[in-house]
Amino acid sequence: MTLVFGVFLLTLLVIVAVAIVRSTNLFAAVMLSGIFSLLMAVNFFLLDAADVALTEAAVGAGVATVLFLSALALTAEHEQVRPGGAALQWLPLVVAFATGGLLIYATFQNPVIGDPNAPVHQHVAPWYLENTPELIDIPNVVTAVLGSFRGFDTLGEVFVVFTAGIGVLSILGLRHTLVEMTSAEIDARQRSLRHHLIPRVVGRGMVPFILLFALYVQFHGEYSPGGGFQAGAIAAAAIILYSLLEGDDRGRALVPEWLLQIMVASGALLFGGVGVVCMLLGGSFLDYSVLAEVPSEGQHLGLLLIELGVGITVSGVLLTVFHAFARRASR
Amino acid sequence: MEFLALYNYWVFAVLLLIGLYAVVAKVNLVKRLIGLSIFQGAVFLLYISMDKVEGGTAPIFQTADGAGVFSNPLPQVLILTAIVVGIATTALGLAVVVRIREEYGTVEEDVIEDMDADS
Repeated sequence: MTLVFGVFLLTLLVIVAVAIVRSTNLFAAVMLSGIFSLLMAVNFFLLDAADVALTEAAVGAGVATVLFLSALALTAEHEQVRPGGAALQWLPLVVAFATGGLLIYATFQNPVIGDPNAPVHQHVAPWYLENTPELIDIPNVVTAVLGSFRGFDTLGEVFVVFTAGIGVLSILGLRHTLVEMTSAEIDARQRSLRHHLIPRVVGRGMVPFILLFALYVQFHGEYSPGGGFQAGAIAAAAIILYSLLEGDDRGRALVPEWLLQIMVASGALLFGGVGVVCMLLGGSFLDYSVLAEVPSEGQHLGLLLIELGVGITVSGVLLTVFHAFARRASR
Repeated sequence: MEFLALYNYWVFAVLLLIGLYAVVAKVNLVKRLIGLSIFQGAVFLLYISMDKVEGGTAPIFQTADGAGVFSNPLPQVLILTAIVVGIATTALGLAVVVRIREEYGTVEEDVIEDMDADS
């Protein structure tokens, strides 16, 4: 039954992808890519990747759609249609099909899906599964690998997110290029949903629950699917929803920009700082065992702190990026 | 169901093909970024498909000693962070596209190239 469901969802994924590429209306394409992400999330869930499914649903279907829409508001809603149609370009099509054909040919040598003897399951993964109960003592192995065994990689990822946030700010967020619209102007230009009663009432009721869920995902990440990356994206999605409903100015009044800037920097700093503290206490960089008397308790404390750092930076960057797009006037 | 045992990988290849076509063939820069995210999604699917173990479940222990069959946590960790990094880099790309639109008044690459050639 799961197999039939999986095949159905994967086929839908391909259909949606074709529809995205074929549509000349970019608004439709962005909406379809939201559906694409949601389908992808369900597929991840069927493949036992609950943490990844949560991330994909929050980031791909939620935040990415909003960012693409804000970019569309600043560019154009339709693809320019060329004279003579130019619907399909042959050279790229041949290149793409050649690549796809080669990849499909290569799959015939792959181990089948779910094969426990596949090479990918033979290397370090069994070691992580065996040693997590003893060394880290938390149920969610994904969080253990993410935060502790491979904490250094995750620190790098956090700094990539941090850098991308700085990059967007330096391209779009310069003070003189931003518009300070008054509430009346936002109303006049219909840049919010303030006048639409039903989305407003329903949406506003959901915001506190989404935030509560974000906090649950943040602090329960060691025991159930979740962690800083997911929680940061969900919290950002809640504030973005509020900004869409009430207007960007009230969103910025709720979480001011100076706070966001502090969040972006302090989350990454907290993560790195925990690593340095571990060194000062005599351990290796990001070796949390030295943080408490009992090594596994030190691991718990370390994971809690670095996940908090990840969550703060991710939500800060996503909100900063959203405001940078939303505050720019379309010319 | 031996025939369908590789279906995930085929879908990966087809999605990669579609994404690659969109990135190479489309001249609208926003559309290209959407194509890039399809391409990205295909790679995510490849990694997550590899993590599945038959009869396994999500790698979250139900008992204290960690008994049971679990899927591979490692590809999940890689993709989990890659998704968030992916949205951050997409946002950076969109920011560049918005700046291009402000300078050139269009996001169609062939028009931009013509304008560059004329000036």
